[in-house]
Formats: sequence, C-alpha cells, structure tokens
Amino acid sequence: SSGSRDEILRDKRARVVSRGLPKQKPIEGVKQVVVVASGKGGVGKSTTAVNIALALAANDSTKEVGLLDADIYGPSIPKMMNLKGIPELTPKNLMRPLKNYGIACMSMGFLVDETAPIVWRGLMVMSAVEKLLRQVDWGQLDYLVIDMPPGTGDVQLSVSQNIPIAGAVIVSTPQDVALLDACKGAEMFRKVHVPVLGLVQNMSVFQCPKCKHETHIFGADGVRDLAKTLGLNVLGDIPLHVNIRETCDSGQPVVISQPQSDAVSLVHCAFNDRKPSPRS
Amino acid sequence: LPTERSNLAGVRHIVLVLSGKGGVGKSTISTELALSLRHSGKKVGILDVDLCGPSIPRMFRVQNSDVHQCDSGWVPVFVDQDKSISLMSIGFLLEKPDDAVVWRGPKKNALIKQFVDDVAWGDLDFLIVDTPPGTSDEHISTVEALRPYKPLGAILVTTPQAVSVGDVRRELTFCKKTGLRVLGIVENMSGFVCPHCSECTNIFSKGGGEELAKHAGVTFLGCVPLDPQLSQSLEEGRDFIQEFPKSSAFPALARIAQHILDSSSQPSS
Repeated sequence: SSGSRDEILRDKRARVVSRGLPKQKPIEGVKQVVVVASGKGGVGKSTTAVNIALALAANDSTKEVGLLDADIYGPSIPKMMNLKGIPELTPKNLMRPLKNYGIACMSMGFLVDETAPIVWRGLMVMSAVEKLLRQVDWGQLDYLVIDMPPGTGDVQLSVSQNIPIAGAVIVSTPQDVALLDACKGAEMFRKVHVPVLGLVQNMSVFQCPKCKHETHIFGADGVRDLAKTLGLNVLGDIPLHVNIRETCDSGQPVVISQPQSDAVSLVHCAFNDRKPSPRS
Repeated sequence: LPTERSNLAGVRHIVLVLSGKGGVGKSTISTELALSLRHSGKKVGILDVDLCGPSIPRMFRVQNSDVHQCDSGWVPVFVDQDKSISLMSIGFLLEKPDDAVVWRGPKKNALIKQFVDDVAWGDLDFLIVDTPPGTSDEHISTVEALRPYKPLGAILVTTPQAVSVGDVRRELTFCKKTGLRVLGIVENMSGFVCPHCSECTNIFSKGGGEELAKHAGVTFLGCVPLDPQLSQSLEEGRDFIQEFPKSSAFPALARIAQHILDSSSQPSS
C-alpha cells in the first residue's frame, strides 16, 4: 500500500541523513555533562560556569568535578581559575587536565599563546572541540561543566551532536538584547534535543557600596518574564557585585575566596536545588 | 575589483566595530556612533554581520521591518523618514525575531558575502559594520569581502576587566595580521556613578582598555561609563544622542564620533 511505502521511504531518508551526522558517544568516565550557555556574549557564562563547578564541589566533597572551556576564540577559564601551562600527555597520548581548587580544567587557552588570536573557520574549530572533549584524560568525573562560547553555531552544534548532555543552563542579563539571544539559545537546545535546566539572571541589580541604593543598570525582571514565557525555571538571580569580578580577575573565584559573602550565598542558593536529573 | 556599479561604490568610509570579547558593547557603540554621525549631518549605514545575535534592529526599534528587493539587490531598512540611517541585518530576514540561526561556517560566509555585495546602500558618508565576538568565520569573511573597498579601519571595544582585555589583545593581533588599521580602543562600562550619592564604583574594573591602548601603541578613544539612561534608550529604540545630551555617557560617545570624523578627513597613508 502507498502508506507503508511512504513510511519505508521516510525511514530510509532518516537513516541516510543520520549517516552524515556524528554519533553521540559519552566521554569515558564522565557521568553527567552540564553546559552553561547563553547566546549573548558577555553575560557571565564563564563566571557562572566557574562558580557552578566550584559550588558543586563545595556542596559535596565526594564528587569529582571537571570544567571544560569550549570558547575557542576567547577562553576565559585559565584567567579565572588561575591556571597556566601546557598540559602534559599521558602514556596513552591524552592531555592531562590542569587542576586548581580541586577542579580538573581544560581550555584552548592552555594550548595557545595568550596574545595569539585563533583565526579559524568552522571545520578547524569542530576538530579542536572534538580534541578537547575526547583527547583529555578526565578520569572519573561526576560532573563535567562545559563553558560554551556565545552564539548558536559550530561549537554548540559540535558539542551537542558529539556527547550526551544532561542539561543546559542559560545565563542572561535582564536587558532586551540579551534576552532575545537567550531565547535563541533555548531554541537551539530544543532543536538538538538537549534539556534546558533553567535560566540564570545575572547582573540583576547593583547596590552602591556607599549608600546601599539599588540601581537596575541593565533592567529589572526580564529574565523572570522570559522564563515564564518559555516555561523554564529561574535557577538563580545574581547581582552585580564588585567582588565577583575582582575575584575572577585575580583567579580566585568568589565561591572559593569569599565563601561567606552575600554573592556566594546567592550562588549556592541558586544551584543547591539544581542537580541534573540522572541519565536514563 | 570594485566596478562602477558596485553597491559599495557610493560609500565613502567603512568602519568596523570589533571586540573579541562578547557583551562589551559593540552594538551599543555602533548604534551611538551612527546616531552621533547623523547629528553631524552625515548619511550613515549600519551592516550587522552578527548572524547569531543580531542586536541592531532592536536598538532602533525596527525589528519588525521587512527587507525589499530592487534591481541592484536588497534595499536596506531606513530607521526614520529622513532616511539618514539605513540598516541591514539578518534580524530582518527571520520569520520571527526570536528565531534561532543555527548555522555552520560555510552558510554564514555565503550570507555575509551577500550582505557586502548585494545591499543597495546608495550614497553613504559612513558604513559602520557591527560584528559578533571572536575571530571566526564571520570576521574572516567580512574582512575579505570588504578588502577591495579599503575600510577606514576598526574600532575595538573592551570593558576594563582582565578577561575582556585579554580577548581584545588577540583581536588587535587579528587586525595586524589582516592589515586592518586600528582607529582606536574604547573602554566601555568604565565605572558606574550611583545616581543617589554620586559614588563611583568600578564594577568591571578600570583602566584595562587604556593600558592596552598604551601598550599596543594605538589611540585610546576614551572611557564610556555605565549609564542606565543609555541602556534604557537602547531598549526603547530611542535616540540617546538627541534626547540625553547631559547624561554621563554622552561626552565620551561624542568624542568617539569626533575622532572618526577627524580620521576620515585625513588623507589616507
């Protein structure tokens, strides 16, 4: 009958199309992968990723956490984690991640000169991302936090097509242009079947250290409104705090260096309740 | 080689706005530069080659506009009746403004080539090219496509903090390698003055951009402070330069525009 013929044709077509795509394969030893993305640049992905990784480790000292900096063009993790140096190779020719504060880290920043730009087209970027995922001796990790670059292009596609992802955290600031991109980011994850765990509102409000007056420099509740529209949770609301930036610049992220500070208690509250659901 | 009938033949000066780091204010600076130049009587076009995160249409409140075709290609969108500022962005080509563009490099490159070759800009004093962060497909393709038209140069935008300056340092090297003249560095989000007590807090640090400019031997175009009125203007698609001349970011933005005007009137070396 023509009905079953159509079905056979559809199946065949699907099989042919999927032949061209990379097969999704988990990274050996890594239990769950959480990606931190945004769509928009400069909203605090790296800052959030670093502090999530540290908070996950601080919450439960039995858990092993890794941090992968997938931003090939603008790797920020080395600076924020105060790490430098060329990774050693294991006998199996895998790169050994650099460790600080108990977190195993890998970044393009370790492999190139600080001042050298990576002026690469997409294909080379894909191959670099593949290496950072698979040719690293991660060991046994409970969580691998991946700091994504801005945008919705090659890197995001390569990562989501290559490995199973437990969930994505989308960071945004309250302003319109950032929310628009966060929305695109959420749609991108939907297209590649990655569950979005929720949104993080960053740089939500600034409190003057002198007079305590609060100013919403980048707007007020944009992220909450967007979360409602998209049916997502707001995982946390992080204010603009000089401490967060200062400690990142000096390579001593706030969760580690000032664990008692207001900013940190907010980060912990935000991520305490969010543990990725176990892979089925 | 550009022919008589090339769509960019009537454009006198091309200025790229680059960063390397995301979220430092490239689109903001592009928008305010266009508005300032318009107020100096110039005809300005903005080409938004950020395909994943096109911000420019929203900053002029024309995000729902459509693009039409004419004999020589696409007609850019005018932001007002005077037709003094025209725009082209992928934002106008999407069915819905929040549709995601999830493309790999080759597809992006093809569209950028079209944006450079096939938009009927007409006669412009300045074409400002707003770019996405990084040094990837979009940047390589844009610089290659614009090369025959000899751009005036690039403005690099950074915030003062170390992670931004690091990325912009890389962008400087990119400019050198591709032969793109650096018109100067802008240090954006440099300080916030509390509207209540006037205390200045350096939320994103201070001085990083200025130091980078000194170190690299390029012009420092100035510090633009964090100005909630500026953020709000952009959200609402208003003309900040016209409506808020007394606001804290105004003097710095005016200075950047003046520098561009001065650079454009010098004979090219």
